[in-house]
Amino acid sequence: MDWTLVGDYLPLYGQAALLTLAVGVAGIAAAALVGLLVAALRYFKTPLASQLAGAYTELSRNTPLVVQLFFLYFGLPKLGVVISATQCAIIGLAFLGGSYMAEALRSGLDAVDRIQPESALSLGLTRWQALRHVVLPQAVAVAAPALTANVVFLIKETSVVSIVALPDLVYVAKDLIGNDYNTVEALALRVAAYLLLLQPISLAAQAWERSLRRGIGV
Amino acid sequence: MGSGYEVFLEGDNLARLLGGLWVSVSIALAAMAFSLVLGVPVGILMTNRRRWVRAVLQGYLQAVRVLPPLVLLFVFYFDLTYAGVNLSGQAAAVIVFTLWGTAEMADLVRGAVTSIPRHQYESAQALGLTPVQVQASIVVPQSLRRLTPLAVNLVTRMVKTTSLVVLIGVVEVLKVGQQIIDANRFDYPSAALWVYGAVFALYFAACYPISKLAGYLERKWQTA
Repeated sequence: MDWTLVGDYLPLYGQAALLTLAVGVAGIAAAALVGLLVAALRYFKTPLASQLAGAYTELSRNTPLVVQLFFLYFGLPKLGVVISATQCAIIGLAFLGGSYMAEALRSGLDAVDRIQPESALSLGLTRWQALRHVVLPQAVAVAAPALTANVVFLIKETSVVSIVALPDLVYVAKDLIGNDYNTVEALALRVAAYLLLLQPISLAAQAWERSLRRGIGV
Repeated sequence: MGSGYEVFLEGDNLARLLGGLWVSVSIALAAMAFSLVLGVPVGILMTNRRRWVRAVLQGYLQAVRVLPPLVLLFVFYFDLTYAGVNLSGQAAAVIVFTLWGTAEMADLVRGAVTSIPRHQYESAQALGLTPVQVQASIVVPQSLRRLTPLAVNLVTRMVKTTSLVVLIGVVEVLKVGQQIIDANRFDYPSAALWVYGAVFALYFAACYPISKLAGYLERKWQTA
């Protein structure tokens, strides 16, 4: 292991880690929104939309991210839909993560007694108010472990986005190996970068889970 | 010349694409078979009374979980060559997915075994069952019911994750797709849409029935 080389490479990895994090955060935020929408549609059994949401969930959960990205990035332009690598990565993560978030939320929603939304509705709250103020706070607290597991899962999945030529950690390492053949340093730095990125997220997620559970007294 | 799905009818393109899918599915099945065999004893060890045994195995599980499978693939495919070990893409993939699958499988086994309440062991003992009988007629049947749907689900995760092997040069369904697209660049300019659409559909066709089976088993055994 050549440590001066490690010093030289460090800034490059810093940039790549930031990009991985930025794409991850944007993708996860989008996935959470998609997940919330899908879970809500299925929870209220909105006709047609609920079935569509179900079909989306199955499609998204039963195909790998690489294949989704290839289709988005290389296939769709043939239909005239051209998106940048960054957009593609974020949309891909949202498409993949949306269903995982939805399923996690759904398990949380199912844990809340049906009488609660019914009571809320009969008290004159709208569906969204009932969801937002009554059901969701409890559902999110129950689903928290699954949701945080999804966050870590999705950050890990970002490792795949280098295939659409986004210079993330995987890409930078591959690039450096190609340039200088310093495989050991390049890969060691990459493993370290992922550990540094994911371990704090994993710990923060656990802390968040605990505070949520205290909040509703589970 | 055509511009769409006809690309599948050229030569044996469709058969090649299916062959490519089989490459990744067979890697997944091989790794899953190893993971089943290794994961069960490792999972039982995870419930071991000795603290250091649990700590070592938890360390292994965390290490494999925190690192993306792609990173592990690169380490085994590119890094090991420096130690003089030259693995083929397939071999590296089977090893990495076995490492990963064993950890996941072991955690499922641990979860299934520890989910059996303490009082069942005690009641069985009080009724005079021997330790072997306790295992055979109380622990194993219940654990298996909890375990099987989750293990079946692990197969779909395995199949999906093996799509990564294209990045260490294994010629699987995506690579074959790329080859078909490149070879037909001039005759079928929009082949990419159809071929990648087909790959998407093929993965779905491979994973969906397995997911459904897992869901069915889960519902069937939930109340029992």
